[in-house]
Amino acid sequence: MSNSSCGSGNCACKTKLRDPFDDTDYGTPLRHADIDVTLDIDGTSVTVPAGTSVMRAAIEAGVNVPKLCATDSLEPFGSCRLCLVEIEGKRGYPASCTTPVEAGMKVRTQTNKLQSLRKNVMELYISDHPLDCLTCPANGDCELQDMAGVVGLREVRYGYEGANHLKDKKDESNPYFTYDASKCIVCNRCVRACEETQGTFALTIAGRGFESRVAASENQPFMESECVSCGACVAACPTATLQEKTVIMLGQPEHSVVTTCAYCGVGCSLKAEMKGSEVVRMVPNKNGQANDGHACVKGRFAWGYATHKDRITKPMIRAKITDPWREVSWDEALSYAASEFRRIQDKHGVDSIGGITSSRCTNEETYLVQKLVRAAFGNNNVDTCARVCHSPTGYGLKATLGESAGTQTFASVEKADVIVVIGANPTDGHPVFASRLKRRVREGAQLIVVDPRRIDIVDTPHVKASHHLALRPGTNVAMVNALAHVIVTEGLVKEAFVAERCEPRAFQQWRDFVTLEENSPETMEAVTGVPAQSVREAARIYANAGNGAIYYGLGVTEHAQGSTTVMGIANLAMATGNVGREGVGVNPLRGQNNVQGSCDMGSFPHELPGYRHISDAAVRALFEEAWSVKLQSEPGLRIPNMFDAAVHGSFLGLYCQGEDIVQSDPNTQHVSKALSSMECIVVQDIFLNETAKYAHVFLPGSSFLEKDGTFTNAERRISRVRKVMPPLPGLADWEVTIKLARALGYEMNYTHPSQIMDEIASLTPTFTGVSYKRLDELGSIQWPCNAQAPNGTPTMHIDEFVRGKGRFVITKFIATPEKVTRKFPLLLTTGRILSQYNVGAQTRRTENSRWHDEDRLEIHPHDAEDRGIKADDWVGIESRAGQTVLRAKITERMQPGVVYTTFHFPESGANVITTDSSDWATNCPEYKVTAVQVMPVEQPSQWQKDYSRFNTQQLEFLELRDSTMATAATVTSSGK
Amino acid sequence: MDVNSLVEMANQIGEFFDSMPDRAEAVDGVADHIHRFWAPRMRIALLNGLDDPEVASELKPIVLEALTKHRVALTPAGAVVT
Repeated sequence: MSNSSCGSGNCACKTKLRDPFDDTDYGTPLRHADIDVTLDIDGTSVTVPAGTSVMRAAIEAGVNVPKLCATDSLEPFGSCRLCLVEIEGKRGYPASCTTPVEAGMKVRTQTNKLQSLRKNVMELYISDHPLDCLTCPANGDCELQDMAGVVGLREVRYGYEGANHLKDKKDESNPYFTYDASKCIVCNRCVRACEETQGTFALTIAGRGFESRVAASENQPFMESECVSCGACVAACPTATLQEKTVIMLGQPEHSVVTTCAYCGVGCSLKAEMKGSEVVRMVPNKNGQANDGHACVKGRFAWGYATHKDRITKPMIRAKITDPWREVSWDEALSYAASEFRRIQDKHGVDSIGGITSSRCTNEETYLVQKLVRAAFGNNNVDTCARVCHSPTGYGLKATLGESAGTQTFASVEKADVIVVIGANPTDGHPVFASRLKRRVREGAQLIVVDPRRIDIVDTPHVKASHHLALRPGTNVAMVNALAHVIVTEGLVKEAFVAERCEPRAFQQWRDFVTLEENSPETMEAVTGVPAQSVREAARIYANAGNGAIYYGLGVTEHAQGSTTVMGIANLAMATGNVGREGVGVNPLRGQNNVQGSCDMGSFPHELPGYRHISDAAVRALFEEAWSVKLQSEPGLRIPNMFDAAVHGSFLGLYCQGEDIVQSDPNTQHVSKALSSMECIVVQDIFLNETAKYAHVFLPGSSFLEKDGTFTNAERRISRVRKVMPPLPGLADWEVTIKLARALGYEMNYTHPSQIMDEIASLTPTFTGVSYKRLDELGSIQWPCNAQAPNGTPTMHIDEFVRGKGRFVITKFIATPEKVTRKFPLLLTTGRILSQYNVGAQTRRTENSRWHDEDRLEIHPHDAEDRGIKADDWVGIESRAGQTVLRAKITERMQPGVVYTTFHFPESGANVITTDSSDWATNCPEYKVTAVQVMPVEQPSQWQKDYSRFNTQQLEFLELRDSTMATAATVTSSGK
Repeated sequence: MDVNSLVEMANQIGEFFDSMPDRAEAVDGVADHIHRFWAPRMRIALLNGLDDPEVASELKPIVLEALTKHRVALTPAGAVVT
């Protein structure tokens, strides 16, 4: 289905499609309506959707009515009185921002009276405002300054000696922005942005009348308040009151480039505002279709890692990991890597090496790495970090619905009546989507949360889940089956939908299965720990919703039955008819920025790009022809299989791009043993990450700011990544892969990533219509994009499922092998936090660590008391895989019997404890359930002591690196 | 490859398909899954385990049945069976 006019999928409105590069501030938000209204503004006829403000209508017609408190990301407020207009037949001077258009209305935006009223307003504002425009950080980007100019203010008759706020103190507590109260005009834009855009409600206006001032929480410094530093207030501020510290330091940017955030799977569109090749600030792109002008503390502020002093910019090699590094030229590093790979293959066979593509790199780079493995290595031993996060999504959704991807746009949540969040923590993991979700709940949608922990979304200002099903870790399938039991046995199945859209035999088998008493909420209560009545109520609410949408995350996939739960969720959506339109669907919230893309690009060992199995001879022939090579027809090794094969001695070489498997993969000691058994590990990364400490060749990587390409977010949205500075190491990652392929004797010939995308489009039916040109025209594209859907596909499975008929799958609950015992009586679950990202390699090198500078063990007060653990005590956490030590944080967010930690710091060793238990279908590790014991201890664990020694030694090898060769080589090559 | 962990993985797959009401479909499902997702060296190691009574006794009945029934199809082309 093609886009309707407003671009929101299948909305019926007549609103015009937005130009993806139009930066105009229309003053009040876009309205969707199926009725148009025509009015007269300054003698010109203007037609806009009903519900549009007079202000927006005027600006759309090219008349920029003066304004201060209005901006189109916020609902109109009508406080500044600058936007007054005259309307024929109406008394007085209504504010154009709060006045909706009416048919036949005659509006005048400029008269002598209006001019004088506006000038008086500005005169009052300026009488209590510092006149330091020339040295003000907002100079050149200040709406107050602009409006003083627009209204023709020439004098301030009141003088500047009266009571004023000019001596108010600055709050500089936040590392990224300053609050300068002396410049505040109390327009409320920041307060409204905190409420409407972000949904945190941290800001308010304290005091009344002259005393009115913006306050964070209870008049606290920003850092001590509830502020989550998303920057929405800073973006909304029309003056220098809330200002990025980088702008204060560097001044206004001189150009900007639209690009895509490299953090989570929301994939926010950002504008890199630049001076030359230096980033001044990153601001959310108001036309970004994934984020609609919002961002979070990571994307907006935590980009300083890109130029951090720890960046390694020269290739390095060493024969053994007990040797110091030696800096070498690109040519030497790549020919060494290639000769090692070939030596290993000659000795141990073609299948003895492999590669890992990065879910942080671009689609084009990921595509090249899997191509290199399949074509130049000559095997299918390629995998990606999606293995350890969302591989069950790929498997489960393909098996049931027919496509390995989410079904909706993010904006679709705005039409949901019931939102079910299962095993996801959106306010921390996907904050910009969480803001949309919270807004919808504030508008009246019901919220059901299925999570072992009382995560923020369960109860946060103006958002409260009607049901929090706080299940025991590892019982998702039991819960999903109990919900299904209620839907089937209480007659809540949408029979007509199922009859028309799904396979009847599989449905009948599933119906018989979930009807079994063993799946009833009453029976399952003993397993899940959730009262049957709550489960029944939640099932009824979801099934009876007009539109019910399920959002899920790694709390679903990272289990022994991860794939089973994904299929169980798809079953629920099909049974209740909640697929194939806006406001519903099955929505995986993806972890890393390009997890969706890396899967699409054929990073899995069994699949070529576009999710086509490697055993399909016709598909293989297509790639063999394009790549001029013979491909193997058998699947290769997945990441955990690579480790097992390495320990076993049949896998000895690895090319790992932009991934830190040592820190992020489970059972660290097993991973280190595997890597120590290998003969050639090539790591391509921007930092010497934990994996690089086991590497023989280090290829310096480039950040997202240093290259062109595309990322694909959790909505299947392909967005451009645009280069704003040259790659620090001289080559972008895609160029390095090309050179490595050539060193291996396989020719790759691309001079720009757009050519790689053209090749992808020519070989992948769901990408046929994708090109950089089309991306520039449309802003972004949701695949499938081809002849049937030239503008992309916001909503999938509209008239039929991608696989034809939807297939119900029986999802029997099988208890995880990770069971609590007397020795390990608690369950550990892991996750992340707002300010840090994944292994922390990026965010730990920013001021974000001010919010979270160590991983803690969260434990319920009862479990803590039983063990004599007090807040901040050192506690040892032991599982059958290993032991580590963290400080305790005692919190009732945990349920008794369950403990939790994050894995952002390598020395924490969170993955020393996690085990090799994994999803039956995909080998996705079971990070979310590990049986552990927790006890107070006096000192770090043995692993931590060993790690500390190893790490110190490896950092010395970096410090002591021999750089003479590289310098000589550079001179030689430049001399040629 | 460590045959014990392969047996564990195969049994997990077996447990999933075991719940299907159509036995033939379930048995074929186990074999098909292993065929589609396991690299040749993993399949070889598991199939070799089939001949070791100690290993075979650890396999769930449905897995044993699937591997026996589909042994030829599951054997990678050119594989050296020990």
